Amino acid sequence: MVGDVSDLDPASDPREEPASRGVPGQVPAVPAGQVHAPIPAVAHDDVIDDAIENPVFITEKLSVSYGTSPAVLDVSLRVPEKQITAFIGPSGCGKSTIIRCFNRMNDLIPAARVEGTVRYHGVDLYGNEIDSVQVRKRIGMVFQKPNPFPKSIYDNIAFGPKVLGMKGSMDQIVEQALRRASLWDDVKDRLKDNAFGMSGGQQQRLCIARALATNPDVLLMDEPCSALDPISTGRIEDLMHELKETVSIVIVTHNMQQAARVSDRTAFFIVDMGSSEEARIGRLVEYGPTSRIFTNPHDIRTEEYVSGKFG
Amino acid sequence: MTTRAESSRPVSEVLGVPPAAHKVRDRSFVLLLGALTSVALIVLAVLLIDTAIDGVPQLSLSFLTSFPSAFPAKAGIESAITGTLWLMGVVTFVIVPLGVASALYLEEFADNSRWWNRIIEVNIQNLAAVPSIVYGILGLAYIVRGPLSLGRTVLAGGLTLALVVLPVVIITGREALRAVPPSIKEGALALGATRWQAIWRQILPASIPGIATGVILSISRAIGETAPLILVGAATFVAFNPTGLDSPFTALPLQIFSWISQPNDEFRMLAAAAIIVLLVLLVLLNAVAIRLRNRYQQRW
Amino acid sequence: MAIDSVASDAAGPSAESVFGPARRRIGEKVIAVVLFCAAATSVVITIGIVISLAGETLAFFADKAVSVSGFLTGAQWTPLFSDPQFGIRPLVQGTLIITGIALVVAIPLGIGTAAFLSEYASPRLRSALKPILELLAGVPTVVFGYFALTFFTPSILKGLLGMDVSVFNGLAGGIIVGVLIVPTVASVAEDAMSAVPQSLREGAYGLGASRRQVTVRVVVPAALSGITAGIVLGASRAVGETMVVLIAAGQVPTTSLDPRGPMETMTAFIGATGKGDVPTGSTGYKAIFAVGFALFLMTLILNAISIRFVRRYRQVYE
Repeated sequence: MVGDVSDLDPASDPREEPASRGVPGQVPAVPAGQVHAPIPAVAHDDVIDDAIENPVFITEKLSVSYGTSPAVLDVSLRVPEKQITAFIGPSGCGKSTIIRCFNRMNDLIPAARVEGTVRYHGVDLYGNEIDSVQVRKRIGMVFQKPNPFPKSIYDNIAFGPKVLGMKGSMDQIVEQALRRASLWDDVKDRLKDNAFGMSGGQQQRLCIARALATNPDVLLMDEPCSALDPISTGRIEDLMHELKETVSIVIVTHNMQQAARVSDRTAFFIVDMGSSEEARIGRLVEYGPTSRIFTNPHDIRTEEYVSGKFG
Repeated sequence: MTTRAESSRPVSEVLGVPPAAHKVRDRSFVLLLGALTSVALIVLAVLLIDTAIDGVPQLSLSFLTSFPSAFPAKAGIESAITGTLWLMGVVTFVIVPLGVASALYLEEFADNSRWWNRIIEVNIQNLAAVPSIVYGILGLAYIVRGPLSLGRTVLAGGLTLALVVLPVVIITGREALRAVPPSIKEGALALGATRWQAIWRQILPASIPGIATGVILSISRAIGETAPLILVGAATFVAFNPTGLDSPFTALPLQIFSWISQPNDEFRMLAAAAIIVLLVLLVLLNAVAIRLRNRYQQRW
Repeated sequence: MAIDSVASDAAGPSAESVFGPARRRIGEKVIAVVLFCAAATSVVITIGIVISLAGETLAFFADKAVSVSGFLTGAQWTPLFSDPQFGIRPLVQGTLIITGIALVVAIPLGIGTAAFLSEYASPRLRSALKPILELLAGVPTVVFGYFALTFFTPSILKGLLGMDVSVFNGLAGGIIVGVLIVPTVASVAEDAMSAVPQSLREGAYGLGASRRQVTVRVVVPAALSGITAGIVLGASRAVGETMVVLIAAGQVPTTSLDPRGPMETMTAFIGATGKGDVPTGSTGYKAIFAVGFALFLMTLILNAISIRFVRRYRQVYE
């Protein structure tokens, strides 16, 4: 097992490994020279054990680079419908970068280049005819730091439906969104108050409500609790459990306990140090049902991370 | 107890004695810096007091409501005040759309890797440092005469002043837009807003106090500008109010300059009185700008 | 297998079936073009300045009364005389003397103010002093001209110092222009001093240096390129300043080096000539543009130097 740590060594050519992962059927397909040979190759086991029906997202060798340096390489995975999928891993491992491909938020960074494919219900999100605005209407996002607009609570929720030209009573849409985010009782008497007067936890639930108001199919959450206290975090986690009845959720978190508590499936990423300090490359190591990732990880690196040995 | 006994040793025995010369030098250095800092402040104070002594006795309702005259006792600044107000109107009308649109383009649309965008950026930086009298020459050649041939009118004067302060409006506008955190734009885009929807409904409203502050400060700079108006302005003796954009005009700084240029002391006293009116107007504008900034500026 | 089959299924569902009909969003593109045009206006303004100045300048040199060598080296500037002479030297010399006097005043005042604000003043004092400096920068220059002519020359130079100065003199003009540019020098220099990393100061304090020694030996040298940028920017403003010199320094182009007498700067010539109704096309009218062009080039060069110095200190610490 000790030898497995050296897998981080570039000499073991980790580039080979994720590529092999995407190809199903070759169960023990481990390229020659790989140190953790005894361990079965990982990511396919979801294909084999519990193949995901109707995946929301399928990524194929998805890589993102900023300028000339790759940030995350060759990620292939499938995100199930109406479940919570967690991305965990040390900082810099590219988990946020990957989630930002799911609603094309990386478009905002001019230097970012995306390779490989992301399919959303079978449609290539980076296809020529795809309009990133249309994508974001269906796929909502909640950010690391609550980012309410400097307006009233009501206007925060109403913004999305308005720009989408949604029909119906705006008051009803707002109330429904706030109820879904279990925020209605807290704020129903002060809908006209500025959102900046709310507590951090409330602001984040407002941002969730804001995202729900446009009836998205997927909710992407990029470390939504990292700026919150434990009580607020607990409320958001409860909320996620309620929400997964109606939306698929992908959450990025650096908090392993949170992933273990809320998610159905977990993907573990690492940072590959590469040859120099600048060449830090994120990679997907292992992906599967959360219970298995935490109790019976197949990769030594996952095991060490979830047991707190590194990261 | 032993520790107390130890600590009761004289400080000088432990740390040594600082040389007295050092203390004197440190002390005089602070005094020197303080003195240098206060010179500019003292000049400002003396300037205000001197102007007040000369000008306040001349201030009266009839001074504000009379036209210039060859007789100091009858002369007033009504046409200068109305001229300045007309100029403010023209300047505002030009710099708000042009300045805000330029700032929006540079902050939200321009891709800095393109050479033409870098040229625009450097160009605005340089325009801000061009002396205002050069804008006066431009106004004289292209606006008063030449291609636009508007004559020495309110419109020509206002356009020239607008050009003088446009770089300032753009620079302050960009700062105001940059003060809105990127997370607001991300939040709007993540909800399916288009780029323009995010700008128009979130970024621009959030930066309006900052933009407005910059616009007001630019207007106050414009109405104090004299040099360009000397070149494009009307004759300084204008005994009527402007009736429209095509009217000849005078303005407060022009009237002040004209009176200062008279050898007669009585006219110089009138200049001091007009200066007080101009400074009051500027202080009012600045007070509005500061109030806007303190009251409505979003703290992120 | 499942992945393979989906991935290789290039046709798949159409984007339209998932996301609805595609939108063209022509409005967004139109807006981007409109905003670009607004931003490009500033370039048009610059081109306008250059063409208007350069065009008339060429016409000026084409005039038979003018020669390039006479313009650059001639010691007499009398464009409105019946026998006009167009030697720019008196104007350039007047500009340089007044700018020089202004810098002698503004450099110590500006750097001293910057050092005081950055290294000594408490946050409260700073927040009180900075708006006053902004106020000083906001006073119209015609007001400073009035002050120089009616107070500074008679009461300070003549009265208090007992100097033998004329009513219009370069000294008063230069000193007041110097005070006028103090806020410019001070604010750029203070930005540079505040940008000096705290760790540098702490390093010196750790060696037992006093605050004075830290200011003089650590902060000022470390901020030197920023301080230089402020001084150059101040010089550029002094060169371009019109009203103070037009009002207080006189309108007599001279090669005399004595600042106690009247002198004319380039800006003052433009103002004095442009205020009368010079007929378009006359040599005097064209002379305005030739002098304006020289002025434009001087400030452009000074500004470019200043930007370079600012970049240098930004690069070091940011």
